[in-house]
Amino acid sequence: MKPHVARPDPSSPGSGLDAVARASVEAVIASFESRQDVLLPILHGIQDALGFVPPASLPLVASALNLSRAEVHGVVSFYHHFRSEAPGRHVLRLCRAEACQAMGARAIEAHVRRRLGIGYNETSADGRITLEPVYCLGNCACAPSAMLDEQVHGRLSLEAVDRLLDGCGEVA
Amino acid sequence: MSRRIFVPRDTSAVACGADAVADRIRSEAARRGVDVTVVRNGSRGLCWLEPLVEIETDEGRIGYGPIGVVDVEGLFDAGFPGDVRHPRALGLVENMAWLKRQLRHCFSRNGITDPLDLADYAANGGWAGFAQARSMASEAIVQAIVESGLRGRGGAAFPCGIKWKTVLDQVAEQKYIVCNADEGDSGTFSDRMLIEGDPYRLIEGMLIAGRAVGATKGYVYLRSEYPLACRVFAEALDTAREAGWLGSDIRGGGRDFDIELRIGAGAYICGEETSLLESLEGRRGQVRFKPPLPAIKGLFGKPTVINNVITLASVPDILANGAAWYRDLGVGRSRGTLPIQLGGNIRRGGLIELAFGVTLRELLDEFGGGSASGRPIRAVQVGGPLGAYLPESQFDTPLDYEAFAAIDAMLGHGGIVVFDDSVDMAEQARFAMEFCAVESCGKCTPCRIGSTRGVEVIDRMRAGTDAEADEVLLRSLCDTMLHGSLCALGGLTPLPVLSALKHFPEDFAVRR
Repeated sequence: MKPHVARPDPSSPGSGLDAVARASVEAVIASFESRQDVLLPILHGIQDALGFVPPASLPLVASALNLSRAEVHGVVSFYHHFRSEAPGRHVLRLCRAEACQAMGARAIEAHVRRRLGIGYNETSADGRITLEPVYCLGNCACAPSAMLDEQVHGRLSLEAVDRLLDGCGEVA
Repeated sequence: MSRRIFVPRDTSAVACGADAVADRIRSEAARRGVDVTVVRNGSRGLCWLEPLVEIETDEGRIGYGPIGVVDVEGLFDAGFPGDVRHPRALGLVENMAWLKRQLRHCFSRNGITDPLDLADYAANGGWAGFAQARSMASEAIVQAIVESGLRGRGGAAFPCGIKWKTVLDQVAEQKYIVCNADEGDSGTFSDRMLIEGDPYRLIEGMLIAGRAVGATKGYVYLRSEYPLACRVFAEALDTAREAGWLGSDIRGGGRDFDIELRIGAGAYICGEETSLLESLEGRRGQVRFKPPLPAIKGLFGKPTVINNVITLASVPDILANGAAWYRDLGVGRSRGTLPIQLGGNIRRGGLIELAFGVTLRELLDEFGGGSASGRPIRAVQVGGPLGAYLPESQFDTPLDYEAFAAIDAMLGHGGIVVFDDSVDMAEQARFAMEFCAVESCGKCTPCRIGSTRGVEVIDRMRAGTDAEADEVLLRSLCDTMLHGSLCALGGLTPLPVLSALKHFPEDFAVRR
């Protein structure tokens, strides 16, 4: 269902990454100074490039910032935004917060989960869509809301959500 | 002459199709040989009318909304961009009662100017506060903020001037200004709207703060859930820097100040100031013990002013118009204006900036026009996910920090979420606990464990094996969280839970 990265060899940082991914990670790391406070910007850079933060990339980051792998893992796993597994071709984030609840978000949530046959932080069997929860997109006067990839959609109805999901199917 | 047409580049407008509308207006105008310039302004905050399209005329700007892509051709057929008779026509936008009744200070330029156009900014009152601050000593700037009565708009309402004075009084080779733009409270969007619609105002506020306390470096910590705001603010920083408003020797004044944009990573707790500092330093966003206060030992251990977006954005006008002008607005110890965000199940939701003192009922009825569903409004949650649920009997409460505290509620960041009578308040109470469990940083036990136990107890109450005993247990658990948590997340989660239990006990009855 999901592409897996090989188990990293602790003796060689980043050995679990393929050459392309490794080059991306190294390019991101090289664009920052070696200070702990750029850890989040680096992790964002990796996820923006690869769609997730491969566990095998953490030793490279740790070594560049002079941190332990445990410290880096602790940061990655703390923040909901960072994924440790490759997402589907599209990421759909459904807002679960109160303003959207007041406008029927729970029904939309149930509908999407049923249609895709998955729960949160899972990817549909065809690899098209990863479903994630989000707590507020700041669109509370035009609720309910969802974000498909980087695009926020408001005033959603069940039909509008179906159209969004249908749209994901057409992309190769 | 090219006619200017405004189509907001604001998340709410774009979420309702504004990008496509702007494109269609351009292509339709080109097809018909009509000379138009499409300006992507910020939002006026009339969210229920988004996308709100405006045309500049000699009399003022005429609005049409909400306009979808399908409406564009019809508008042109009817004579657009002239003054068109159209079912969606709103007349002169500034004459709309919804806007006229407001006191727009923080949001004076929102929706009016091109957010990234520096000339537009300067022509509409921009930099006036900075110009004033430039002629003042640090102490005088801080004193003006103290006298204005400005309190932190992030939710805690701490007097801003006191915070600044503490940082000013520290001797350090480096001080920081940190802007908390991690607007995680559901039901709030004023930070986002301000950053997308008038980003230089925030930059100006931070410049003034830097001058006031002697800081040369600023950070804006903006949440990753706001990708458009991130793009707009990054562009604004580049433009301001190129024009000499950031960097070294700002506008020849001999002072340095620069701002770095940092993007959050989906952790609600990072809206808590010490967690935010941890996150900026590259760590897990876990709450720090206080003391030391961030004003004394903040970012990288240095004295740090950490303020919310709206707090900093309020500063330029206070300097430009004087502390007394600001202090004369509002009620009690709540001075100045508050950008109120009205959302959820409401007909006319959006951003309403008013002096403190307006009642919830005025907002819900006169601005909001009742629920979106047309059903009776049963409850409102004010102040985000940690705010209390208020029943109709409390709708006459004025928006004032102390008046809210007196009814075991909080004003927070000024978000109001409306629910109609189909809401299940036990489900809302359960969600408050669930949210706390998801977002707890894990440092203190009452929050980390208590929230999970809270979900379980509410489930048991509703299943009804021993509902009475479980209610006692829930109250005791809330008491522990309230008094034993390290920060407001665990400490305030009991607010929505207990208020739901108090005002809507019938919803907690056993489900058969």
